[in-house]
Amino acid sequence: MASSTRETGPFDARIPEAPLGEMWTTYKSTCKLVSPANKRNLDVIVIGTGLAGASAAATLGELGYNVKTFCFQDSPRRAHSIAAQGGINAAKNYQNDGDSVYRLFYETIKGGDYRAREANVHRLAEVSTSIIDQCVAQGVPFAREYGGMLDNRSFGGTQVQRTFYARGQTGQQLLLGAYSALSRQVASGRVTQYSRHELLDIVIVDGKARGIIARDLVSGAIERHSAHAVVLCSGGYGNVFFLSTNAMGSNVTAIWKAHKRGAWFGNPCFTQIHPTCIPVHGEHQSKLTLMSESLRNDGRIWVPKAKGDKRKPRDIPEAERDYYLERRYPAFGNLVPRDVASRAAKERCDAGYGVGSTAMAVYLDFADAIKRLGQADISAKYGNLFEMYEKISGENPYKTPMQIYPAIHYTMGGLWVSYELQTTVRGLFAAGEANFSDHGANRLGASALMQGLADGYFVLPYTLGNYLADDIRTGKIDTNLPEFAEAERAATERISQVMGIDGPTPVDKFHRELGKVMWDQCGMARNSAGLDKAISDIRGIREEFWKKARIPGDANELNVELEKALRIADFMELAELMCIDARHREESCGGHFREEFQTEEGEALRNDADFSYVAAWQYGGPDEKPVLHKEPLTFNNIKVQARSYK
Amino acid sequence: MSESTLNLTLKIWRQKNATDAGAFVTYKLDGVSTDSSFLEMLDLLNLQLIEQGEVPVAFDHDCREGICGACSMVINGRPHGPERGTTCQLHMRAFRNGDTIVIEPWRAKSFPVIKDLVVNRSSFDRIISAGGFVSVNTGAAQDANCIPVPKPDADEAFDAAACIGCGACVAACKNASAMLFVAAKVSHLAMLPQGRVEREARVLKMVAQMDEEGFGACSNTGACSAECPKNIGLQHIARLNREYQRASLLTGK
Ligand SMILES: Cc1cc2nc3c(=O)[nH]c(=O)nc-3n(C[C@H](O)[C@H](O)[C@H](O)COP(=O)(O)OP(=O)(O)OC[C@H]3O[C@@H](n4cnc5c(N)ncnc54)[C@H](O)[C@@H]3O)c2cc1C
Ligand code: SF4
Ligand code: FES
Repeated sequence: MASSTRETGPFDARIPEAPLGEMWTTYKSTCKLVSPANKRNLDVIVIGTGLAGASAAATLGELGYNVKTFCFQDSPRRAHSIAAQGGINAAKNYQNDGDSVYRLFYETIKGGDYRAREANVHRLAEVSTSIIDQCVAQGVPFAREYGGMLDNRSFGGTQVQRTFYARGQTGQQLLLGAYSALSRQVASGRVTQYSRHELLDIVIVDGKARGIIARDLVSGAIERHSAHAVVLCSGGYGNVFFLSTNAMGSNVTAIWKAHKRGAWFGNPCFTQIHPTCIPVHGEHQSKLTLMSESLRNDGRIWVPKAKGDKRKPRDIPEAERDYYLERRYPAFGNLVPRDVASRAAKERCDAGYGVGSTAMAVYLDFADAIKRLGQADISAKYGNLFEMYEKISGENPYKTPMQIYPAIHYTMGGLWVSYELQTTVRGLFAAGEANFSDHGANRLGASALMQGLADGYFVLPYTLGNYLADDIRTGKIDTNLPEFAEAERAATERISQVMGIDGPTPVDKFHRELGKVMWDQCGMARNSAGLDKAISDIRGIREEFWKKARIPGDANELNVELEKALRIADFMELAELMCIDARHREESCGGHFREEFQTEEGEALRNDADFSYVAAWQYGGPDEKPVLHKEPLTFNNIKVQARSYK
Repeated sequence: MSESTLNLTLKIWRQKNATDAGAFVTYKLDGVSTDSSFLEMLDLLNLQLIEQGEVPVAFDHDCREGICGACSMVINGRPHGPERGTTCQLHMRAFRNGDTIVIEPWRAKSFPVIKDLVVNRSSFDRIISAGGFVSVNTGAAQDANCIPVPKPDADEAFDAAACIGCGACVAACKNASAMLFVAAKVSHLAMLPQGRVEREARVLKMVAQMDEEGFGACSNTGACSAECPKNIGLQHIARLNREYQRASLLTGK
C-alpha cells in the first residue's frame, strides 16, 4: 500500500526568473520562435477538441504548423466542454467593482486551498481578458445589457461580478466558437481532423513524444501518426466514479497511457464534488445531472428532524425540519462553498435523515423564495433549470421541493506540467482539465472554461514554439521506426487480450462496482482504513474483470463494448493511484477531506508544514509501487490563511 | 418520484455496417422503470443482449443532457420521439405499459448508416468548414466592448446559435433538406456585426457545400422546425433565403 518516496528537491517547473507580474511578458519576449517557412515542416498532434484542444489546434494551424486533431465523438463540436452551463471568468472589470488580475489570481489560489502554483495561476488571470476579446470577435453571443455592452454575473467564491455567460449554455457557445476557428483551419488544409478516433498509446523516440497509435472506431483499424510534438487535451477523469456529471465517453486513457510512458501524474486524488445534482434514482442510472450552483441563492436546504420521516415534504411542519446548513454555518448558510455543502449533505444522509426513495437526497426548497418574490420572479431566474429538473424527475419544483445530492463533477488532478505545460516527457504537453496545473485542491466555478481557452489560445502557441524551435532540422518523423511498431504491437495485444477474456459479464458492471468503491472510500470523505480497503477491492475488481468480462462482436468494426472495456481497464489502474495519493496526503484540503484531519466541529484541517507540495507520481511498472516526487509550493505574493465559513 | 415499471416491445433497426441491408428486429423488454431515460432503457436492453451473448444495439450519445447533439433516433416515426427535446432527454414515463416502440436511425442519403442507429453526419462539419466562421486569428481581436451589439440582435443571434447540429431537421424532412441547420449558422453570424464582413461569401459557400453533400431542396413545409429540439424557427430559413439572394445579386454569382 505504502509507496516509495523520493525527494527530488525543487522540480524544474521552468518558471521564468522575473517578478510575478512580469513572468509571462518576460517569457514571451525571450522564448525561441520558429520562422513561418519552418513551421510548415513541423507536425503537431492534438488529442481532444474540447475548449483546450480546439483552441490550441486552431491557433497552431493559423500560425502555420501542420496539425492533426483527434476526438472520439463523431464531430469535434460534441466534446464534453459543450455541456458547461454557468459561465467563464475574466478579470475585465467591466462592472467597475474592484476586479483586477491580482484579485482573480488571489481568489483562485485561495479557492484552491493553497495547493496551486503561483506562476501559472497569475498567467491564467493575465490572459483571461484576451479570451473574452477573442470569443466576441468570433461571434460568441454572450449575454448583453440593453446598452449593447457585455453583461456579467457573480459566482461562488468571489466578491466581484466577473463571470461572462451565454444563457445557461456558455460551454456550448464557447466551444462552437473554437470549433468554427478549427473548421476554418480544416478548410485551409492546415488542420486535419480525425473524428471517431481514439488514442491508444503514445510513441516515444529517444525520450521524446513523436507520435501516437490510434484506433479508427468505425473500421477498427489501428493507425500510426507521427509528429514533432503531441498535445493532450483529453479532459478530466471523473468517470472513474462511474456516476458523474461528465459526458458518458469522458475517459482517462490518453493521460493514463502517457503516465505509463513516463509522464508524472499530479495530485490524482483531487476531485471536485458538486453539491447540487439530481440524485441517483435507481440501479440502472447512467449519469448524473448538474443543477446550477446559482439555485442556492434562493433555495433552502433541509431534511426532516426525525429519522426515516416518510411524510410528503409539504406535510412536515416548519418546526420538524432541520435546515442544517443554516444551523451549522449561520454566517454563510446555504451559500457555503461546494465542498462544505457536499459533506454536510452526506453527513445527514449517512446518519439516516435522507429523503426520497433511496434516502440519499436532501430537499432544496423554493417555497419561501416564491412567497417572498413571486413565482414569476423565480421562473425568470431559474425557469430552464426547473424545466430540466421536471423532465428528469417528473416533479414540479414550484410545488414540491427539489431533491438533490452531491455528485462527482471535475478533476483538479491530471498530468504534472511545467510552466510551459510540458509533461515530464519531452515534447508531450497537456492542457485543459487533463493537466493538474491551475486549480489546486478545489476549482472555483467558471474557471475551467477560462483555463482551457487560456492554455489553447494563448499559452501553448508560445511554449510549443519554444520547444519546436530545436526541431526545425529534424525532418519528418518516420512511422516505420521500431518504436512505432512496438507501440502498435502493445495496443493490438491489449485489444486481443480484452477480446479474449470470454467471460459472462458485461463490462459496465465492473465499471459500476469500481465507481461504488471509489465513491464510498475515495469520494467526499476519506480515511486510511477505507482507502486501504479500497485498494484491495479495486485489485479484486480488476482481477474479476480480466477473468469474467464479455465483449461481444469483433475488433475490426464499430464496437462500443470494446471501447468501453479499454477505457475501464485504464480507470481500474488509475483508481488505485488515486487511493494511494489520497492515503498519503494526511491532511484535509479543498475537495480532499480526510476524516482523521478535522477540527472538533468537523471542519477541514490543512497541514501546510508537511503537505504544501504537489504530489507528482511516477509510474513504477505493472503491479509495482508508484514513486512519489514532491514539487514544493512557495507563496511569495499571497498570505497563506485558513478558510472559515462559520 | 412515483416510479412504476413497463413491459415493452421494441422494434429496432439492426444493420451490421454500411453495406449490410439491415432489418427490424423485435425484442421484449420487461421491468423498465418509468424514471429511467430512453437511453437508459436501451442500456438495459443491451445488458441483457450481452448476457445472452448477442451484439448490443449501437447508438450515438455522449452528454445525455440535451446539448452535445450526438443522440439521434427516430422513435415511432418522429426524430427524437414524441416530446420536444433530444432523445437523451426523453423519459420512459412518456410511454405506457404494453407499448410497442419502433426505433430507427436518421434516414437521409447524406447521413449514411454506419451501424444500427449510428449515422455519419460529417457532411455537417464540411458545411461549417465551407464558411461557418468569422475569419479572425487568435490575438488579433480588439477589446470585446468595442463592438456593442443591441440586446435584441444578440438575443436573436443566440436563438439561432443554440442549434446542436443533431440533424433531426434533416431526418424530419421528406426531402432530407439541411436548410434549417444551415440557416441557423448563417443567421447567427448575419445578426452580429462581427459576422457581417464575410456575409456574402459565407452564405454562398455554405449553400454550395450543402448542395454538394446531396441534401434535398427545401419546400417550406416546416417539419424541420416542428421537430427541432432547440426550437430553431422558420424565420431563420427566411433570413437565409434573403442573405442568399442578396449575396447572389451583389456578387453576380
Ligand atoms: C455539467 C458540467 C457543467 C460545467 N460547467 C462549467 C462552467 O459553467 N464553467 C466552467 O468554467 N467549467 C464548467 N465545467 C467544467 C468544464 O466544462 C470542463 O472542465 C472543460 O470543458 C474541459 O475542457 P477540455 O477541453 O479540457 O476537455 P473536454 O471538453 O472534456 O474535451 C476532451 C476531448 O478529448 C477527446 N478525447 C478524450 N479521450 C480521448 C482519446 N483517448 N482519444 C481521442 N480523443 C480523446 C474527446 O473526444 C474530446 O474532444 C462543467 C462541467 C460539467 C460536467
Ligand atoms: S436546426 Fe435543430 S434539428 Fe437541425 S441540427 Fe440544429 S438543433 Fe438539430
Ligand atoms: S446525448 Fe448529448 S444531446 Fe443527447
